[in-house]
Amino acid sequence: MQREEIFTTIKDLAVELLGVDEAKVTNEARFKEDLDADSLDIVEFVMGMEEKFNVELPESEVEGVATVGQAVDLVSSKVS
Amino acid sequence: MTEEKQIALVTGGSRGIGRECVIELANAGHIVAFSYSSDVDGTNETIKLASEVGTAPIGIKSDVSSPEGVDQLFTEIEEKLGVVSILVNNAGITRDTLLMRMKDDQWDDVIQTNLTGAFYTMRRAARNMMKNRWGRIINISSVNAYVGPVGQANYAAAKAGVIGMTKSVAREFASRNITANAIAPGVIETAMVGETPQEWRDTMLSTIPLARFGQPNEIAHLVVFLASENASYITGTVIPIDGGVGMGT
Repeated sequence: MQREEIFTTIKDLAVELLGVDEAKVTNEARFKEDLDADSLDIVEFVMGMEEKFNVELPESEVEGVATVGQAVDLVSSKVS
Repeated sequence: MTEEKQIALVTGGSRGIGRECVIELANAGHIVAFSYSSDVDGTNETIKLASEVGTAPIGIKSDVSSPEGVDQLFTEIEEKLGVVSILVNNAGITRDTLLMRMKDDQWDDVIQTNLTGAFYTMRRAARNMMKNRWGRIINISSVNAYVGPVGQANYAAAKAGVIGMTKSVAREFASRNITANAIAPGVIETAMVGETPQEWRDTMLSTIPLARFGQPNEIAHLVVFLASENASYITGTVIPIDGGVGMGT
């Protein structure tokens, strides 16, 4: 799966789950500070990504993910 | 959310406190599903009694002490009725014996059903409650969690565990308008209590300030209230319904 495709899917998920403007969801956007995600939002988001991409994202690997770009990187590493 | 009718799940609804919870929730207008482990006659009786006061509930044979069992239970309810928004963790067993004589499985079974089962159901229910930004979790603990009766190290541990767990869950889900509360019944006239030695029941009776055992529907009434919109500012509590026997513990 191409990185662009992953980014678009994650962007749509962020809009749907976090209720943010599409324009805010950039590679550099930080979930907590820029997209206003609280800890429950993040859990929901991770579960949403697992479902959309059919991957498993263990807690330990998710911990380091602070931005949308890092989320895309993590999923990329699981699907390719 | 206004006083919309919800879909409620009561675990262990074939008799006792669970049965009364099913009946009173149906009476309050909710759509109710309940799990049972083996008592088909009891299940049918619960359905019959609840149907007289509300929408007929559905009873599903289920093992709530296993994650697969819980998942199947919820999936069946979601297919037949919809998403569970009121969860009453009532299913519980006793395996009373003095600690020194307690076998591994007597400990494990009680912890697994009474405590871990509640963990499985809450975990499974949480996702949809979070999405809908509304939920009610009511966990049936016991006055024994505080009193610690002889012969119930396993039961007291499980029921005390339910209290701690309820508080964590209340804190975790509060931002999503999901409340979690525990009820600590005292000695309630149910089949479970009926199985205890007469001597024990006589002794207990003499220590209860209100000088009687409780009725299962006295627990159910609080369950219905906690599940209602009127209770939406109540979370993380442990409410005793015990005739005063747990005072000071």
